[in-house]
Amino acid sequence: MLDNTHGVALRYLAMGFPFSAIVGQDEMKRALLIAAVEPRIGGVMIFGDRGTGKSTAARALASLLPPMDIVAGCEFHCDPVGAPCTHGGNGKVVRKPVPFVDLPLGATEDRIVGALDIERALVAGEKRFEPGLLARAHRGFLYIDEINLLEDHLVDLLLDVSASAQNVVEREGLSVRHDARFVLIGSGNPEEGELRPQLLDRFGLSVEVRTPQAIDARVEIMRRCDAQDRDPAGFAKHWRRADGKILRLIAAARARISDVQVPDEILADAARLCQQVGADGLRGELALIRAARALSALDGETELGRKHLRAAAPMALRHRLRRNVLDETGSTTRIERAMEELWP
Amino acid sequence: MTGPAQGSADAVLMARLLARDPAGLGGIRVRGGPGPASDALLSVLAEAFAGRPVRRLPLHIDEDRLCGGIDIAASLASGRKVESKGLLAEVRGGLLIAASAERITAGRAGRIAAGMEAHGFALVLLDEGGEDEAPPASLTERLAFDFTPGQLGENDGARPGNAPPPVPRGATDAEVLAAIETTARLLGVAGTRPLLFTLRAAAAAAALAGRAVISTQDAAEAARLVLAPRATQMPAERPQELPPDNTDPDRAPPETSQTPEDVVLEAARAALPPGLEMLAAGRMRQDAAASQGGAGEKRRSPVRGRTIGSRAGMPGGQLRLALVETLRAAAPWQKFRRAAGGGQGLVQLRREDMRVRRFESRAETLTIFAVDASGSSALARLAEAKGAVELLLERAHAERAEVALLAFRGAGVELLLPPTRSLTRARRLLADLPGGGGTPLASGLDAARLLAEASRRRGRTPRILLLTDGRANIAADGSPGRARATQDAAAAARRILAAALSALLIDIAARPQPEASQLAEKMGARYLHLPRAPAAAIHAIAAS
Repeated sequence: MLDNTHGVALRYLAMGFPFSAIVGQDEMKRALLIAAVEPRIGGVMIFGDRGTGKSTAARALASLLPPMDIVAGCEFHCDPVGAPCTHGGNGKVVRKPVPFVDLPLGATEDRIVGALDIERALVAGEKRFEPGLLARAHRGFLYIDEINLLEDHLVDLLLDVSASAQNVVEREGLSVRHDARFVLIGSGNPEEGELRPQLLDRFGLSVEVRTPQAIDARVEIMRRCDAQDRDPAGFAKHWRRADGKILRLIAAARARISDVQVPDEILADAARLCQQVGADGLRGELALIRAARALSALDGETELGRKHLRAAAPMALRHRLRRNVLDETGSTTRIERAMEELWP
Repeated sequence: MTGPAQGSADAVLMARLLARDPAGLGGIRVRGGPGPASDALLSVLAEAFAGRPVRRLPLHIDEDRLCGGIDIAASLASGRKVESKGLLAEVRGGLLIAASAERITAGRAGRIAAGMEAHGFALVLLDEGGEDEAPPASLTERLAFDFTPGQLGENDGARPGNAPPPVPRGATDAEVLAAIETTARLLGVAGTRPLLFTLRAAAAAAALAGRAVISTQDAAEAARLVLAPRATQMPAERPQELPPDNTDPDRAPPETSQTPEDVVLEAARAALPPGLEMLAAGRMRQDAAASQGGAGEKRRSPVRGRTIGSRAGMPGGQLRLALVETLRAAAPWQKFRRAAGGGQGLVQLRREDMRVRRFESRAETLTIFAVDASGSSALARLAEAKGAVELLLERAHAERAEVALLAFRGAGVELLLPPTRSLTRARRLLADLPGGGGTPLASGLDAARLLAEASRRRGRTPRILLLTDGRANIAADGSPGRARATQDAAAAARRILAAALSALLIDIAARPQPEASQLAEKMGARYLHLPRAPAAAIHAIAAS
């Protein structure tokens, strides 16, 4: 299939870019790690220009995670540990990589939630559910590029499922519900159309990525791509150790997160900050605490401190501020200013 | 620098580089309509990609054919599900050619982009868009080359030859990487993708020459092809931004010991498109191109012909059959119907199974603010109009409304804000507003009408909000003089009436002006006297 006579190898296709080899973009990487440690965070929205490595980073994180055990024969990625599979799994266990599902713009509701299996229905007269993208993303990542251009009702649906971790289908005479727990990652450039504030509010975290400006960073990006282009296997091997370190960090943080103590005064701090910046509603506070707790777990600490709140606040709150037509100050600046005032 | 021979040679070079590394370089955007020039390029490409799949992408290809899916005809015939491979998968590692690329919708572009990542084919976008339309930025971003085949006449015999076998490649010299980075920065090329394209084009050039390491010359060629068309500024404009260890790009290149930076930058500079001397103009060109992509996609995607589902009903007339949904509805009953013994055929359809497509019929409005920015009160007026635009955009999400802002003053009209739904974008573009000078009312009206008509062709419902005192003093041809100017304005107003556009004239003079109300009458617009026109009031009117 590959055209070696022309010296062409589709090398970019086979290998992803290692997570640890991504240059800069620290806030985005941190937000993705938080989502990997604390899936209840409810999705990450990445704002930024095209070509800033948004999808590369998300994909890299998914491929870094260890393969997961699933019940063989189950199309819904059922975990062998836990409730018994009711989807025709045969009781054996197989290993599969953590799924990373790319939701294309223009995907229909059918393809997303799943639909009646026409083949079975026509041939066997049997009513059977054919799983959609949500089932395929279960226990993995669902990535939506240019989510701001996606139909609003689909964004609604995705956020609903992502929050409830369940896909409920009631249509065409089907009544199906299955687990759909995934990290939702949306990306888009607000200059090309914005997301409705109500939808935005439902994302746990948001980050803003910019194209790197520093000369060193730009040269380093080229150097690493050059290295990967020349020798994909060697490049992957070179970064495997660093990726493994990140993996162990995630695993340790996952194990530790439920033990992280949240002192009352920190809760009060979080509430005060939300009030100060005008991020109303419980979602902001919840996301702030959860993100900060994940950060302290990643740091290997057992108690949530103010520094974690500080680090998590811009990510957890910047997309929830009520827009003020008269005040053109960026959301991040407003949050930082409020923290400066509250915790000098 | 780029004569016919150069243009032709460049086309051949691009084709060969692309054939070397289709996945890494993405493809070529070819500007200008079809003609011998683009045909010549395509034949060069076809030759370079000989032995690999080369396919054309029809504009109206359906989703299943593009991405693969159930082959309905075959499924019905055989009674089991027959999957078909999509076009994007078929063209793996080859070349996909899209004509009329400016008409590709955002959704389609997303699929194609995903296909490029999954299947590593090269994409050729034949961009026939011209000024007001461009292919989606999500695709043009992924293409290394941007080619205007004006110079490519007869192919002068330069043909892609047989490529030498690949050589294992060595690490690229740090100086060469730095040279590419510096050149991109000095030319004002933003983003990291162009850097990687340049690097990969250089690597492909090295491979074509049978070199194991990218030479300075390879990087120079690559910079010329990849970076020069993306330049937004002349490199000499910002010499102070050079890192201290760099040489001054202004200095005449020394005969000996040229650094890689000099060579690469010189090569790119020599190929800069004409007219780039005007720094600001260059920036605006890029801005416009970038925005067209985004805004254009949005304009096109959700209207006309986008299905949002189906409902029960008989096809016919305007109603189109939704085949899959019909089969789905019929499927559960098949066994039962067969048992009941009614009818023949593999699938037994009943009237109640029939489903028709439901199209999205959201009325998307475009409010065009045409603001008289002449005279002394211009700044205040523009500021209020800007306020109204922002208030309108605050709610634009819910209403799917778009807003545009034109200002006319002095001798001309300026489109300050192309149609957009984005508050962020509006803020940036309206940050500083020009004002003052004469009143070219006729030009302002014509510009508003053209914009309105263009948006109507795209399925929008446009309306014009004109803020003026109706007193023109610059004629349509730019010459001063009240009489001519008034005549021209009246003619322009009648053209708005003839185009049956909904319009509203807000008279912003301190007292109601007869000129303004007459003008409103001529263009069939509602007339409203609203001195000083506060933003909130304009917004209330516009939102009503």
